Amino acid sequence: MNIAVLSGKGGTGKTLIAVNLAAIADSALYIDCDVEEPNGHLFFKPQDIRSEEVAVEIPVVDDTLCSGCRTCVDFCRFNALAYINKRLTVFENICHSCGGCTLFCPENALHEEKKNIGSVEKGFSSGVTVYSGILNTGEASGIPIIKRLLSISRADHPGLCLIDCPPGSACIVMETIRDADYCILVAEPTLFGVHNLNLVYELVRLFNKPFGVVLNKCFEGEENPSEQFCLAKGINILGRLVFDSELGVINSKALIAVREINRYKVQFSSLLTRVLKEAQYEAVVNP
Amino acid sequence: MKQLLILSGKGGTGKTTIASAFIRLATARAYADCDVDAPNLHLVMNWQNEPEKSDYYGLQKAKINQDLCTRCDLCWQKCRYDAITLNDQYRVDPYNCEGCGVCEVLCPAGAITLKPAVAGELILYCEENQVFSTAQLKMGSGTTGLLVTEVKKQMRERAGEVKLAIVDGSPGIGCPVIASLNGADLVLIVAEPSVSGISDMERIIRTAEIFNMQIAVCINKFDTNLENTAVIEAYCAEKGLPFTGKIPFDPEAVRAINHGKTIVEWACPSGSAVKKVYTRTIKLLFDESDKPFTGTPGPGNRK
Repeated sequence: MNIAVLSGKGGTGKTLIAVNLAAIADSALYIDCDVEEPNGHLFFKPQDIRSEEVAVEIPVVDDTLCSGCRTCVDFCRFNALAYINKRLTVFENICHSCGGCTLFCPENALHEEKKNIGSVEKGFSSGVTVYSGILNTGEASGIPIIKRLLSISRADHPGLCLIDCPPGSACIVMETIRDADYCILVAEPTLFGVHNLNLVYELVRLFNKPFGVVLNKCFEGEENPSEQFCLAKGINILGRLVFDSELGVINSKALIAVREINRYKVQFSSLLTRVLKEAQYEAVVNP
Repeated sequence: MKQLLILSGKGGTGKTTIASAFIRLATARAYADCDVDAPNLHLVMNWQNEPEKSDYYGLQKAKINQDLCTRCDLCWQKCRYDAITLNDQYRVDPYNCEGCGVCEVLCPAGAITLKPAVAGELILYCEENQVFSTAQLKMGSGTTGLLVTEVKKQMRERAGEVKLAIVDGSPGIGCPVIASLNGADLVLIVAEPSVSGISDMERIIRTAEIFNMQIAVCINKFDTNLENTAVIEAYCAEKGLPFTGKIPFDPEAVRAINHGKTIVEWACPSGSAVKKVYTRTIKLLFDESDKPFTGTPGPGNRK
C-alpha cells in the first residue's frame, strides 16, 4: 500500500504528516521524494545508512574522431552541444541524457560517461525504514533520483509505504504519485493554501487517484478557505490539525511528535486508521 | 533594471508574503511570479483588469502514426524516459516524453513525428506604469525552467526602462530555481528557524553560490524558535552574507492574505517588521551596483 502525501504549496506540513504517520505505523517504509530539499531524514535520524550514487549518462567527445559534421548539434533539441572553434563542446547542465547524439554520430566520436547527480540513502529509525533522495546542488532535475528511489523501495517492501512528495504539480510530483494507491493532500487555511490545493486536487483527479485532505494549521473560530473548498467540492476531509505552538516547536527542532508526546500519538493513530480505512475502501471502489 | 529575486529553498517560509509586501512598498513597476508550478502572487496583487494570456509551448512531444507503425520496437528500446508504452499498440505517454526526438530519427517507417504541445499559459497584467508577469504551468508538465525564462523575458520586454524589478521565485533548488537566477542582481533568501528550514537554506545558498549570485538573508517567523534564529544569524555572519532582518510569526498576516491584502496594507507586527527588511535589502541591491559584479549564471534554458 503506497500512500503519497502531497500539497501544491510548500510548507503546509507534508513532511510532518508523512513522518508522523510512518512513525506511528508498525514497521512502515518512509520515502522522501522531495529530493531538492529532503527533510525527512532530519526527523528520523536514521542509523546504519547505506548510500548509493545516482548517475545520468553524459556524452563525451573524442576529438580525434570528430569530423565536425554537426549531426549531433543539429539533432540536440536541448542545445546541449555546440561546435565552437573547430571543437565540439558539451554543456552537461543542459543535457537531458537522451542518448541521441551518441546514437547518431556517423564517426562514432561520442560515447557516454556517467555523471553523478545525487544519491539515495537507506537507513533505519526505530522500526521505520527510511529512504531519502538527495539531489546535488547545481543540478537541474531530480527525476532520475526519484525513479531510482521508487524502484528500489518497491522491491524492498510489500507493506505500508509513505511517500513524501515535492511541492508543486509539475512532472516531478507526477512521477511520485504514479504508483500511489492513495493520496493525502495537505492544505493550509489560507487563500494561497486553497489555490494550491485546487492544483493538486486537479492533479490527483487527472491521474484517477483516490484521495482525501488533511487540514493543517487550523485556527479555531477562523475562516478556513481550504475547508470551504473541500465542503463545496464534496472532498473527503481525513482530519484537522489545529494550529498548536507546541507542535510547531517540536517540528522546528526536527523531533517526531508521536515519539515525544502521547497526545500526538493518539491523534496520528486515529488519522492513520482513518487513512487506511479510506484507502482500502477506495481501492475496492476504484481497483 | 535591478532585479531582486526572492527564494527560500524550503516551501512555505513566506516568499510570496514578503515579495508582495516589497512590491507595495516599492510601488514596483515591474514584477513577476516565477513559481509557475503553484503561482500565488496574483491573489494579493488585486489587478482589476483582465490579463493578456498566451499559450506557452514547451518542448515538442512525439506522436506515433498507427497506420505507418511496423511494430519494430526500436522506439521502445531506445527511449530513455519510458515514454513509449506498449499495450495493443505502441503509444507515447505525453507526460513522460521529453521531446528529445530520438524515436523520430530512429523510426524506419517514418511513423513518428514531433508535434508542438501546449505546456502552460503565460499571463501578463499590464497598465500604463506597471507590469506583472506570471504563468501557470499545465498540470504535470515538465518544462518548468523554460517557462520561468519566458515569464522573466515577458516582464523585461514589457516593462521597458524601470529601475527595479521584484521576482517571486519557486521552492527547491532545481530547474525553475536555476532558471530564475538568470539576470537577478540580488537573491534574498527567506529563511525559517527550523532544522528543516536551516538545511534547506544551506542548500539554496550553495546553489546560488554555484552560479555566482549575490545573496542576502532574512528570517521569517523568527520567534517560533529563537535558538535556530541565532544559528541562522551566526551562519550568515560566518559566511559574510548580509543579513537584512527578522519578521515575527503573526496570525494577522494570515488574515491579511485571506483578505487579499499584503501585510503592509494591514495593521500588523509582521507588516512593520517587513519594512525594515525591505529598506536594508533595497539599499544592498542599489549600493552594490557600483562594485564590479561578475554574476553571470549559466543554464537558464534547461527544461
